[in-house]
Amino acid sequence: MCATCGCSGATSLEHHEHDHEHGHGHGHGHGHDHPETRTVTLEQAVLARNDALAELNRKWFAEHGILAVNLMSSPGAGKTTLLERTIRELGAELQVSVVEGDQETVLDADRIRTSGAPVVQINTGAGCHLDAQMLAGGLRTLDPPESSVVLIENVGNLVCPALFDLGEQARVVITSVTEGAEKPRKYPQMFRAADLVLLNKIDLLPYVDFDVAAFLDGVRRANPGAEVLQLSATTGDGIAGWYGWLRGRSASTSTLT
Amino acid sequence: MHEMAITQSVVQAVCERMGDAPVRRVCLEIGTLSGVVADSVRFCFDLVTEGTTLEGASLEIVQPTGLARCRDCGAEFALADLLVLCTCGSANRELLAGEELKIREVEVLA
Repeated sequence: MCATCGCSGATSLEHHEHDHEHGHGHGHGHGHDHPETRTVTLEQAVLARNDALAELNRKWFAEHGILAVNLMSSPGAGKTTLLERTIRELGAELQVSVVEGDQETVLDADRIRTSGAPVVQINTGAGCHLDAQMLAGGLRTLDPPESSVVLIENVGNLVCPALFDLGEQARVVITSVTEGAEKPRKYPQMFRAADLVLLNKIDLLPYVDFDVAAFLDGVRRANPGAEVLQLSATTGDGIAGWYGWLRGRSASTSTLT
Repeated sequence: MHEMAITQSVVQAVCERMGDAPVRRVCLEIGTLSGVVADSVRFCFDLVTEGTTLEGASLEIVQPTGLARCRDCGAEFALADLLVLCTCGSANRELLAGEELKIREVEVLA
């Protein structure tokens, strides 16, 4: 039991603070109208537990000089194809390993393994996103080397993963030109969370009705600070920009230790 | 449908903080820009609280609306969604309200 406030369970989270006041002055009766109850002010973030676990992950990455990147997109945007090419062309240089999140199957993990990178698959079952606890479990199995790069392929979903901090140093949102230019306007929460936005499948631009300028304007409205790179994971067009970004972030992370 | 996980986080957090005390009321703050749908949380609440100290508790949800300050011209303006620009045209804004996602207070049997 917490000695200051009398609440139970205060030992399980390190960041527990005595920020509550037992409801004095909250007009709840306090022994008059409802003598049997008392109001306790918590003022606690709903995701405090996940956030605390994410901070532990972040600290662990920092101590090991590891760059962890959370890759998020809708299903079919080309995350796994981008990872396969990145591993083939950059995997040895940056010591890339992968955490794969999917609701079911180990299909993507098999593709990544074939590309030559260590991989751990996390199946979330009914869950629509990875959380910090799942990532921590995956990292214990993956055991990535010092100063390496861990690419985390989140569950294909443009809504839920945005809310759950994993302890990553960077968030990358991938959209493809076949999905439509309005994605940033429809899912601003996801784009607001991005450090980098990759517009994938640009080799298909001649064949689809995709307004690049409208897409870029949508990204700017949701997140004026986000960097945007256009590429094709299939043909390799523009891929050098992505590799340059990864190299830069990896170099600055590994030299911090 | 992350509201199920969100609601489970609420129940877990309240149980950790309040121990065995039966909970009669839970008050949450869910901002209109938080990415969490209040009605979905209400739907999940009865399911998730079943068999816990929160079973039968009432659920109050306060929904602060979006408010931002423009980093370019300093004006404060309301945000119905995350795409609204300042009247000066800038998207460079600091959110002051609307993203809340927290447990404000609980009422427990004394």
